[in-house]
Amino acid sequence: MTKRWQFGDWVFHSANYLFMTALVLATTYPFIYVLATSVSDPIRVMTGEVWLLPIGLNFDAYDIVLRSKTVWNAYGNTLFYVVAGTSLNVVLTMLGAYPLSRRSLYGRGLFSFIIVFTMFFGAGMIPNFLLVKELGMLNTRWALIIPGAISAWLLIMTRTYLQANIPDELVEAAQMDGANDLMILWRLVVPLSLPILAVIALFYGVGHWNEYVAALIYLRDVSLQPLQVILRQILLAQMGLDLTTMVDDTFKEALMAQTLRPATTIVATLPILLFYPFLQRYFVKGMMVGSLKG
Amino acid sequence: MTSQAATAKAMSPSRSAVDKTSWRLRWTRIKRNRWLYLMLLPVIAYFAVFAYGPMYGLVIAFKDYGIFTGIADSPWIGVAHFERFFNSIYFWRLIRNTLVLNAYGLFVGFPAPIILALLLNEVMHGRFKRVVQTVSYLPHFVSLVVIVGLVQTFLSPSTGPVNLLIKGLGLDPINFLQEPGWFRHIYVWSGIWQEIGWGSIIYLAALSGIDPTLYESAEMDGAGRLARMWYISLPGIMPVAMVILLINLGNLLRVGFEKVFLLYNGSTLEVADVISTYVYRVGIQQQQYDFATAVGLFNSVICLILLVIFNWMANRAEQQSLW
Repeated sequence: MTKRWQFGDWVFHSANYLFMTALVLATTYPFIYVLATSVSDPIRVMTGEVWLLPIGLNFDAYDIVLRSKTVWNAYGNTLFYVVAGTSLNVVLTMLGAYPLSRRSLYGRGLFSFIIVFTMFFGAGMIPNFLLVKELGMLNTRWALIIPGAISAWLLIMTRTYLQANIPDELVEAAQMDGANDLMILWRLVVPLSLPILAVIALFYGVGHWNEYVAALIYLRDVSLQPLQVILRQILLAQMGLDLTTMVDDTFKEALMAQTLRPATTIVATLPILLFYPFLQRYFVKGMMVGSLKG
Repeated sequence: MTSQAATAKAMSPSRSAVDKTSWRLRWTRIKRNRWLYLMLLPVIAYFAVFAYGPMYGLVIAFKDYGIFTGIADSPWIGVAHFERFFNSIYFWRLIRNTLVLNAYGLFVGFPAPIILALLLNEVMHGRFKRVVQTVSYLPHFVSLVVIVGLVQTFLSPSTGPVNLLIKGLGLDPINFLQEPGWFRHIYVWSGIWQEIGWGSIIYLAALSGIDPTLYESAEMDGAGRLARMWYISLPGIMPVAMVILLINLGNLLRVGFEKVFLLYNGSTLEVADVISTYVYRVGIQQQQYDFATAVGLFNSVICLILLVIFNWMANRAEQQSLW
């Protein structure tokens, strides 16, 4: 870049860099605030003294949260939903995307349309609820895994990837060597598709981690609830749960809420915050593949 | 018919023979791909049961549904539920809130990622640019429960930083979350905060696809930065932008349930209640399944119609369309 900057350039670039910096700060500050308040003295948080750095380093909130059976249970539930759910998601998505990526499949257009149409029209909350009820899945773990098992968008994204990256010639060559389609899928296509499988696993995984509405509608028992539901109740101080019975009196209860809320927030979001920097490029790649759609 | 067509007809095999051959060919194709169909089976079954199955349940919008009588045996009552909804005192409020939240959100939220993408495109330090991008995508992955929790913490009348700042300036604290007047701004701007980074990805991808020589020649012709943006960058991302705009316009009457539900409360119900939250309250909480289904159906149908209309308009204007 050998062009010499003129005055206008200086103004623009300064303003732009300033804007970008402000954006970065505005994005990270809330998390810093939550982190700081979670390890501060509750009284100092209440008076508003804590705004950037912790004051009166105090890990009581974490002590309580990490000893709470309800929170651990919810964590376990979420991990189950993430692992079991995502596994099913990826398997089914791949099973659907691969055939649809093959040009020789008769009825390919029809099947694709059936799937894409669901992105534009759905029956709505109530009929879906009634269906889950009819199937006896209400208030069971299955309700969070099966009804949302396949995302049409992610299936199409995978199909697009496979169309572009698994040429018919490759498949034909394997067929001539005597492989049937199942073997081709398992031994040839899957190893070649690891990038897109990683992307959709991440998208599905994050979706499960953040799941709230499905749990709200389909689950009654607290023992089945995932993390976000429990977090919500703690944030609204609706939980007369084992958290607050560990605290002595009502004033201290209100006081501890100051740090319990951010602490639980951190606990609920920590994996996302930690893994995100390393995984974000996969998400971005997925977005690009998905948006240059067919 | 023309002599050409007549000759062609005379020379081609008879119609039934053609059909037989093509059907045989198709059948061969199907048999050859039988494992592929087997793979597709669970997937199609899933969509049949969980996407199309509930659509059968939509009929209860026209019935007086009783849980014990079941869908098939419940009596028909025609459009009574729809009439009830249209005449209800909530009807206009719900439509208004849904539309306003979406329109406001669209008005601010549609240009925002575009502007961010254009500005990011001008950043020359690769490292700084990547840092900004990575950081800006983060809120997109945080759950709405946490986002709303952050909003509630920051805007808390007693301990929230915003009000502490206000008090520090000598003014009275504002109870943002309880004030109907603030709800829409909070809803929309927190959405911008969450999605502006992620939304810019697709535009940045489009921008990177623009031929750099266009910029060079424009610069040589004396086009300033703004001119280059206006005449080169913007047209370059126009197709993508149009698709996104279309999708958003088509969803003008569909406001997501989760965020409103998490954010609203008794005081803000008047401006916050949207169709989806109404359906939840009436359907799931009050268990008026048939009525709520009717409301939901009304919503879905309107959305579909809007989508078709906007897509048709885009087609007419020879712009990019969805299909």
